[in-house]
Amino acid sequence: MNVHEKPLPRPGDPLGEDYALVRPVVESNPRFWIVVGILLSGVLLGVVAYVHQVRTGLGVTGMNRPVYWGMYIINFVFFIGISHAGTLISAILRLSQAEWRRAITRSAEVITVMVIVFGVANVIFDLGRPDRLLYIVLHGRLQSPLLWDVCSITVYLTCSSIYLYLPLIPDIAILRDQTTKRRWLYRALALGWQGTKRQHKVLAKAIGILMVLVIPVAVSVHTVVSFVFAMTVQPMWHAAIFGPYFVVGAIYSGIAALIIAMAIIRWAYHLENYLKQIHFDYLGKLLFVMTMLWFYFTFAEYLTTWYGAEPVHMKVWWAKFSGPYAPHFWAMVICCFIIPFAVLSRRQTRNVAGTVFASIFITVGMWLERFIIVVPTISNPRLPFDRGVYSPSWVEWSMLVGCSCFFILLYVLFTRFFPIVSIWEIQEGRSHGVDELVERVEGYLPDAPAATEASGTNGGLQGAPEGAAS
Amino acid sequence: MSRWGMVIDLNRCTACQGCVSACHEENNVPPSTPDLSAMGRSIRWIDMMPVQEGEYPHATMSVLPMMCQHCEHPPCIKVCPVGATFFSEEEGIVGQIYPRCIGCRYCTTACPYTVRQFNWFEPAVPETYLEGTNPDVSRRYKGVVEKCTLCHHRLQKARDQARAEGRDLLPGEYTPACVEVCPTDAMVFGDLEDRESEVSKKSRSKRAYRLLEDLGTEPKVFYLREGNRQ
Repeated sequence: MNVHEKPLPRPGDPLGEDYALVRPVVESNPRFWIVVGILLSGVLLGVVAYVHQVRTGLGVTGMNRPVYWGMYIINFVFFIGISHAGTLISAILRLSQAEWRRAITRSAEVITVMVIVFGVANVIFDLGRPDRLLYIVLHGRLQSPLLWDVCSITVYLTCSSIYLYLPLIPDIAILRDQTTKRRWLYRALALGWQGTKRQHKVLAKAIGILMVLVIPVAVSVHTVVSFVFAMTVQPMWHAAIFGPYFVVGAIYSGIAALIIAMAIIRWAYHLENYLKQIHFDYLGKLLFVMTMLWFYFTFAEYLTTWYGAEPVHMKVWWAKFSGPYAPHFWAMVICCFIIPFAVLSRRQTRNVAGTVFASIFITVGMWLERFIIVVPTISNPRLPFDRGVYSPSWVEWSMLVGCSCFFILLYVLFTRFFPIVSIWEIQEGRSHGVDELVERVEGYLPDAPAATEASGTNGGLQGAPEGAAS
Repeated sequence: MSRWGMVIDLNRCTACQGCVSACHEENNVPPSTPDLSAMGRSIRWIDMMPVQEGEYPHATMSVLPMMCQHCEHPPCIKVCPVGATFFSEEEGIVGQIYPRCIGCRYCTTACPYTVRQFNWFEPAVPETYLEGTNPDVSRRYKGVVEKCTLCHHRLQKARDQARAEGRDLLPGEYTPACVEVCPTDAMVFGDLEDRESEVSKKSRSKRAYRLLEDLGTEPKVFYLREGNRQ
């Protein structure tokens, strides 16, 4: 590997051991351009496909009557699901004062902001008249679940972007003060951050408010995504389980995507010291919990339908279990349950390679899950009229490739502009985290003095302790 | 206030598809092609739905002329994000506004009767067809949803005529194209509110039923069961 020896401008560099975290930002690397080239060609493929679709019409897809919704709606649900990785998990870890969060929150939050754009984009790809997109604002009807999506996702994107940006400010200030590249950009974005005690206090308060706010917003996003289906009277869509089922599925695929992203970052930027085995072990445990939850919801959904045995529902049910969509269904069961269960339940396999292996299957499996939710229902309408079978066309596959490449490209570019592991939070953990943790644990004990208890909860909840500026 | 509706007597229907071709002519619906048909993308505002009842050797087949059911509580209208489809409280007709439609196909997906159609491509209208275009019905274009309108342009015309003559609309003045051409009078059309009208009487017949009645959509298209099964 080509590593340029480029000393940081200040002598006696305070970044010291954390230099590895800014290395991707300050040093160029030929491998980066190869990756960008590959990703750009994927994006180009998607652009070609979309131009073809706009010129010819949605007929270039595999959709028909009655399968009016296909790959784009599946991708919409899928990408919005992936976006649950970031903000929600980061917020929960911060809120629960999990000390091991420090190295992983940033990489999670970036996923949210970058991927949600492609969730929205897929709805636009699905429009027959994308030129009339603004009608949703001009003539929007709040009675339509699609408008609920528009509102909810807009709020989520706004909150997540701010939630990504705020904890980034101290790191931007570090880049402004200690590196020479793009100083104008960092100066503007740092908003005059000097790291004073008051600034830390304000920042901690803002993060504290946002992390609480963002959790119900995140839950609402995937709930209303499910409502798009559940509000219709179509067989196996019209179910109250859809809201929580979609939220669980979203968090599940989100954690899987996060693990994959972390593993790539760790490998590409040599951050083995920051993203440790223990992080993958903990996330693997969380992923295992989600595996069980996913199975529980899936089991409940299919058992209820099967036992009730209403003919219109059973048509869809059998289409999934042994009909034209059986390969998708059973592949989903293998990818989302059997493989993750086998890998994540054993301590020996819950390492970096094991969790990544399971996560790749989960990501594929959750895409299949969305396919299995969307397509069999609309290809088996209530009346014995049209019976469609759907398989996506090259245009739709190209759009999936294009979106995925574009998302990864944005992610890679982010890591080249900003540290993907939060420097100040790592430093804070080093200087305050351990003491604070000891204090907090002492506070839990029966013989703890009242004062310790109060300060312990307060300091931790705010994310940054009182004396962080010192 | 009127409630325009239809009764289709399956004892009389011969499945000749005269209604289908009349609808194509009247509403400028271009003819389908084998390619479109193979992809399941033919646009037909009214179509024949084959229904099998029972299993061999006691199976019976019947064919239902099937179009927008003009529900009193249409599931398609609730979900439209931009108000491109509407319910006329005055007439009880479910209409579609092509210049407003964004082509999201939520209505086509939400309709339990799957009778809404989408323009997957720019409609291919043969040259010879253009001469016979009905000037009262706007042509559609790629990317919008369309469906049976109960020929409401005919209602507007009949209304205008009646208004010009200073009288009320008379029964029989407004009839959709499909009903007009039916050679066996299997289709009867009129105001369901008017209890004396033929359509209203027939809709209360013992043989009358509606599709997917348990969904509570209250369609205004009634079918009369084939007579040997009273």
